[in-house]
Order: sequence, then C-alpha cells, then structure tokens
Amino acid sequence: MNKYDAIVIGAGHNGLTNGAYLAKAGLKVAVLERNPYIGGATVSRELHKGWYYSNCSYVASLLRPEITRDLELPRHGLQVVPFGGGATFMQNGDHLGSYSDHDRHYREIARHSKRDANAYDRYVADTSRQTKLIRPYLLKTAPDPTSLKLRDLRDLIEFAKSFTSMGEEGLLDTIKFWTASVGDYLNEYFETDVLKAHLAGSGIIGTALGVYSPGTAYVLLHHYMGDVDGNVGAWGFARGGMGAVADALSKAFLSYGGEIICDANVDEIIVRGGEAKGVALKDGTEYHADIVVSNLDPKRTFLDIINPKDLPDDVIQKAQNFKIRGSSGKLNIALDGLPTFDGLDPRSKLMAGDLHFSDSLERQERAYDDWKNGTWSKDPYLDMMIPSLTDPTMAPPGKHMMSVFVQYAPPKVEGRDWTDEDKDGFEKSVIDQIAKYSPNFKDLILHCETRTPREIEAEVGLTEGNIFMGELTFDQLLFNRPFPGYAQYRGPIKGMYMCSSGTHPGGGVMAAPGANAAREILMDLKQPNTVPGGYADD
Amino acid sequence: MITSSRDIMLLPTPFHSRVEAMCDMNDWGNWMGYTTPNAYFDVELEYFAIRSTTGVFDLSPMNKYRITGPDAEAYLNRMVTRNVSKLGINRVGYAVWCNDAGQVMDDGTIFRLGEQDFRLCSYQRADDWLAWCTLGFDVTITNESEDLAGLAVQGPTSCTILTLLGCTGLDQLKPFGIAHFTFEGAPMMVSRTGFTGDLGYEVWVAPAQAEALWDQLFEHGREYLIKPIGSYALDMARIEAGFIQAHVDFVPAEEVVRNGRTRSPFELGLEWLVDFSKPLFNGRSALLAEKAKGSRYRFAMLDIEGNKPAEHSFIMKGDKVVGTVTSAAWCPTVKSNIAYAQLEMPHGAVGDELVAEIYYQRELHWTRMLAPCRVIDGPLFNPKRRRQTPAPPF
Repeated sequence: MNKYDAIVIGAGHNGLTNGAYLAKAGLKVAVLERNPYIGGATVSRELHKGWYYSNCSYVASLLRPEITRDLELPRHGLQVVPFGGGATFMQNGDHLGSYSDHDRHYREIARHSKRDANAYDRYVADTSRQTKLIRPYLLKTAPDPTSLKLRDLRDLIEFAKSFTSMGEEGLLDTIKFWTASVGDYLNEYFETDVLKAHLAGSGIIGTALGVYSPGTAYVLLHHYMGDVDGNVGAWGFARGGMGAVADALSKAFLSYGGEIICDANVDEIIVRGGEAKGVALKDGTEYHADIVVSNLDPKRTFLDIINPKDLPDDVIQKAQNFKIRGSSGKLNIALDGLPTFDGLDPRSKLMAGDLHFSDSLERQERAYDDWKNGTWSKDPYLDMMIPSLTDPTMAPPGKHMMSVFVQYAPPKVEGRDWTDEDKDGFEKSVIDQIAKYSPNFKDLILHCETRTPREIEAEVGLTEGNIFMGELTFDQLLFNRPFPGYAQYRGPIKGMYMCSSGTHPGGGVMAAPGANAAREILMDLKQPNTVPGGYADD
Repeated sequence: MITSSRDIMLLPTPFHSRVEAMCDMNDWGNWMGYTTPNAYFDVELEYFAIRSTTGVFDLSPMNKYRITGPDAEAYLNRMVTRNVSKLGINRVGYAVWCNDAGQVMDDGTIFRLGEQDFRLCSYQRADDWLAWCTLGFDVTITNESEDLAGLAVQGPTSCTILTLLGCTGLDQLKPFGIAHFTFEGAPMMVSRTGFTGDLGYEVWVAPAQAEALWDQLFEHGREYLIKPIGSYALDMARIEAGFIQAHVDFVPAEEVVRNGRTRSPFELGLEWLVDFSKPLFNGRSALLAEKAKGSRYRFAMLDIEGNKPAEHSFIMKGDKVVGTVTSAAWCPTVKSNIAYAQLEMPHGAVGDELVAEIYYQRELHWTRMLAPCRVIDGPLFNPKRRRQTPAPPF
C-alpha cells in the first residue's frame, strides 16, 4: 500500500527531522529521496578509498541541541566534536590566529593592533546582544506581523518587548545589523585589515553578496548563532562527516516507525479539489497522503513539482523572484600527509580550525567583483578545514582530508552553463591560492572532488547551488521566508507544507525548519505536539 | 637537624617534565600532594579527545597498595563488600569498603596479579585502615604509590596507539582485563580500565620508565590524534559516564565529623557491590540491618530539562526538599543535562519525576529556575566500543 499519513519530499536533514517528529506523533510517514543515498547536503561519501568527504555542508554548530537531545541522536550514533583554532594567512608571511582562550586571543590580535585587541571585547558583546534577540526564535514559528491570530500577536509583543528593552543604542545597532554591510560594521570597531577580513568571512559565506553589500552583517550573525555545548558561536565536526547527522536522524525516524524510500524522484505533488493528496514519481509510481511536505527549496517546490494550475499566481511570481543565487563551490581533497603553511608550526593548534587566505576586505570585495562579472574568483575567499586533525575516521592514519569552501562561484559563467574547462579553471584558482602559502600542498594531493554550482545543483538539488536555499537577507528572513504570507510552513494548497532551509530560520544544518514545520502540521491535525521548545537563552 | 633545602609543597609526578612541557594553559591543581594540570590547552577539546581520539591523563598520584601473602584473598574479602574470590588472575574489580557501621570509606579498584598477589588502587590514603584490617591475617601490605607511574590512555584510538607502542594483541583484552608487557626492558602493566566510560586503558610502569613511556606514547599516538587531558576534562567524562567520586559524591566515612553525613553502599547506588553470601566482611551486620530496615537515602541519576547544570541544587518533590545534587554537568556527547543526587527515601526510584531548583548567574544577575527532572536507570553515555572485544581500531 502506498498510502501514508504524511509524505516528506527530500531526505536531507530537515526532511528527516520533519519526518521524525511526525512519526513520533504516531503518523505513518514516508520520506522520499531522489538519490540512492540519503542526506541531501548533509552527506559523507568515500570517493577516494579510505577518505571520507563531507561533500557539501562541512561543519555542525547550528544543529539545535534541543533536537539532538530530544531525538536521542547521540544514541543513534551522532557525535559532534568541536574544533579549535583557525587562522587567516597574510601575504606578508604573517598570520592572524584564533584562540579559544580569551587572553591568548587578545595577545594574538595585539600583535597586529593593541587597540583592536581591546575593541574585540566590545565587538563580541555587541554581536552577542544581537544574537540574543534572534536565538529564541530559532525553534519558533516566525510571528506574522500582518496576522491578528492570538499566537502571532503574543509572539510579536514578546519580540517587540525584547527589541525595545535593548534601549535606543541597542535598537539602532539592531537596525544597523539587519541592514548594514559586514565591512561597514567591522570598520566601526577595527583598524586592522587582517582582523576585519578574518571576521568578515562569516558575513559572505553562502551568499551572493560582497563584504560591502548591505545585509551581510546579518549573515555574520547567522554564523554566530550556533552553539556546541553552550559555547555560542563554537563550531564542530560531526564524527564520520556530516553524513553522520543524516544517519542519526534517519535512525531516529525509523525508530518511530518511519519509512525512507530512496531512488524516488518526485515529478509532481498530486492536488485534487485544492487539496494535496500525495505525490507522483517520474517513473509513474504514486504515493498517497493528505499531508505532503516539501523539503526542496522554494523555487523547486513551486516551479518544478507543483502544477502551476494548482497554485495562486502570486506564489508563482514570488517563487520566480525568490533570491537563491549560486555563489560558492567546494573542493574536497584527499591528502597524502599534512600540508605545512608558511610561518606556522605544523603542530600548531591553529591548524585544526578554519583557515583563510584573504587578508583584507579589499581582496574579498575584488573576489566578489569576479562573481558579478560572471566568473569565479581569481583570488577567492576560502574557508578551509582539515577535519582529519580532529576526527580520526575521515582519513587513514597520517593522511588528511581537506574541505575547501570557495567563494565566489557564479551559477553561470558569463551567462552560459559551466563547462568542464571552467571547472578546471575554478579548481586551479583555488589550489594555486593554497599553494602560495603551503609549499608542499600540491605534492600531497591524491584526489580532489571539485563542485561548482553546477555539480551542487545537479547532485543535491540546491537551486544554483545556493547552500542556504535562499539568500539570508532581511527581505527573505523571519516572516518573509520564503515569502510574506507563507512563512509559517503552510503552502498555498491545503495539506501542503514546506520544511526546507528556505523557510524560517534558514540555512545551515540546524534542523529547526524541519522541526518547526512538524509542529505546525501537528497543530493543524490537532495532534499533540512532539517538538521540543527552545532552551532559555540566558 | 636543620636542612637548608627548599620545602616544596607540591611534588612533581614522574611525568612532570613532559606534562609541564605540554601544559600550555599553565593551570595547575593539587592532587594528593602532587602538581597536576587542571587543563593543558582547552578543557572542552581535551574532553573531546577522550570521546573522539585519545586523551592521556597522568594518574601517578593515585594511592597504590600491594597486598600479598597466603591470606591476601581472605584479607580483601574481609575488607571490601564484594566477593574477591570471584576475581580471576589478571582481572580488575571495582570495590568499596566500609567501616563497621557499614558506611563507605572509599572506593577503588582491585587488580588480581596472582593467586596471593593483589594491588589496590584507592582514591584516599589507606595505609592506616589497611594495617588495622591485617589483624589475624597473614598478609604483607606495601605502599607502592611512589613506585609506580601510571597513565590513563582513554578514547576510541587508544587500543591502536598502545598496540603500536608494543602492546601486541591488546585488542583481545576484555574490559577489566590485565595484560603484561615489557617496555624499555622493564615490566609494563596494562589494564582495560578507566574513569571515562569509554574504550580505554591504564598503563603502569616504574618511575624510571615514565618519561620514555610518555614520549613514545605521544610519538605513536600523533597520527591518531592523541592529546593530554587535565582533571577538568576527566571530571566531565566521569559524570557523563556515571562514576561517583570520593569527597564529591560522598564523604569518606572515617573523615566525617557530623552525625549522619556518611553513606552506605546502598545509599550510593552500589548495592551490586555488596555480597552477603560472604560470611564476614567489614560492615556486614550493619548493612544487613540496613537492608532489613531500609536505607535513609537513595543515589539517583537525574536527566534534567534545559541546559543549565544543576550544580549544588536542591531537589524537590512538590514544595518539599527531598535531596541535593552532588555532581552536575551538561554532558557534551549525549547533549543532556545530568546530575547525581542524594535523595531521601522513598524518593528517587527510576522514573520518579522531580524538580531541580537551579540558580545561575549571568552578568551579576541571579536567576532561580525550577527544572523538571526524571530519575534515569543509568548513564546516557554508554558506547558499544567500551565493551567490544576485539576493541575497535578507532
């Protein structure tokens, strides 16, 4: 029987989370996955024997601890292990390191500027104040300011209260934060190029904006909102790669009686009489359910798998105009040993963290200029990690696995599709940049998986390869995500819902959209809620 | 006699030169009169070394006693509550011992090295009690504390690293087993024991071999991401794994000044260690009486809602305070908020729903929070690799 209470399209982390909470409530749930393997962008694959790549997403900190605990993900095999360190290498041979110890970090910044080292505390306090405003809303449905429903009004009043309690200065800061560029924001605190560049990276990762584009200050915030064990802003690796997140979620889902069907490529959501009734696969198979949840991004959901006749015109238009621009690529590299970097002891603890080579906002902005010009950055911004320095399961002993997130890569090259030559050129610009700082790097490369927006879109199904399933700018956040009027996980068709990163609170491996959507669905079904509330953020 | 030498308060352990070289935090504590690191470089990363790679902890200050002689087994059977006769040669047993009132004096591990040859590792110094207990027994007690240097080598890659060090076939060693090797021409004893609840071993050598052991261990362990760990990280692991600690979760009975502050094994959740089939052991009649009459307290492991550690919290049933927390931690691997509590009977049965009164301070502002909690029947962290034989490679 292909009859379920609910069908979730897409076995990424949000689809599995959504399915787990629906199944936990006693619903008969199937999660359909187009690929022969689950995970979507939370996946680990062995593409070179002995080496495991976190092919897409590569760090876990935004994953809500409430969900990890509630779904007993550690019992299902998930272990998130934090990493320390990190550095930005400079063209003059020096670097700026990142230390978890406050005073050691002060001394490191002070090597470049004592004033900046001191200002850093003010910067951290101001930024933390802004994250505190948002964090309570991660595991909540975004209140709709146009709604008169009691819950929306209550949540809006609560939000207004915490907003106004910040005082005049705090309020102005907030408005600035939500609208300013990360470059302008950092310029108010710091004088040192390398420090600004080191911090600005978080403002552009995953977005088709530059360090001087308005709205990027918020993206920085988004990267600071996560926590590993109460250390807000700390980052960790999933032991075994990001696929461990999807594996644990799938085991939780299966333990509640859920069913995962792979190689199930959805052609269309079946709509009858204005109500969702199931899905039809490309091979003609049909699965029936009165609840259909799309974990695809808003564009794919509304433009690919729903017949336009079944949709209001405004939704089609909003989906068409939804900003989901490809901006990044990824290299996953199997290394024969540990690369060394100029000016850094190979045993330095800084090596275990995020490494970068853009030492000024100017260089980061020029990298963005290339994107605007329709090509990959010739001097890209890299967010590079060596997870095998923290997780011994990623590569054979003494060997290493390197994950290189690359910004920028355009969805199309000078207006046309990516070619294999383009991909080679993109790969070369990245490898050449790393090799400039690491003399032995090129000789250590055993295998390299290069993913431009073309590959990410084709394999994972992220439109244009946008990792957040839609820009994280204010016009697409909270009650605007994905579109005004549809920000509470309900689609325009009865029984049709959305649970992807294209919904509130957005991208990153948080699992919050999946959980939040489940709560709304259970509410509509008048079923008891199975989704935990967020921890008090204090 | 007047000596001019410096009166050093805290002694170095046999590993001190190596420990000192790696202790980047320069954060030191006092354990049993020895200088020991609280943290080496980052408490959280040290903790995660135990859970994801390998953490090395210097446990040389541990009190160690050699107990030999024809009556060694009978002597230990008289002293501890568990049945030592069931402990095979080259096996280790966790044990507690009580005074005549059936109150716990300390806990520790008994290593059976031969038919008439045991080693007792205790948290407390036990020379006096061990000597008292010899009355009528043909045994010899030797304090070996300074004769043995020890490292706890704990974590998923620990077996692989020790195998590379020369412990051939170590993966076949079962939990609580002992194996003997030669290191630098001298004996090295390895037991599959630890205080972390993970796959792990304890390695014992003579102090003369200590520095070489440390050096080679870290040399072989480099590719397996070996890290030194301090006492803060170990404490996180022990709470997550469900181990109690003297002076934290109970007060050694013979040190207690105030009436009623001692605890029996039953009151510490250690009933499984009491073997009444033994005709005589210290505290037996008192414990039998307690068993008949009922205990005053119950040790409970609590799973507490929210993420604020319930340190020093009162535990309530309704409006009534029924106990207090002795150890509490946010457990980073299981992502749960765990506490151990001493609860007045009859509270604290598995499944009991209680409330923890938690106080926490942020920026000089104190908040009181009433967090619902539930009594659980064992530690939430209990990985397969801890029990697997052969031990997994990582």
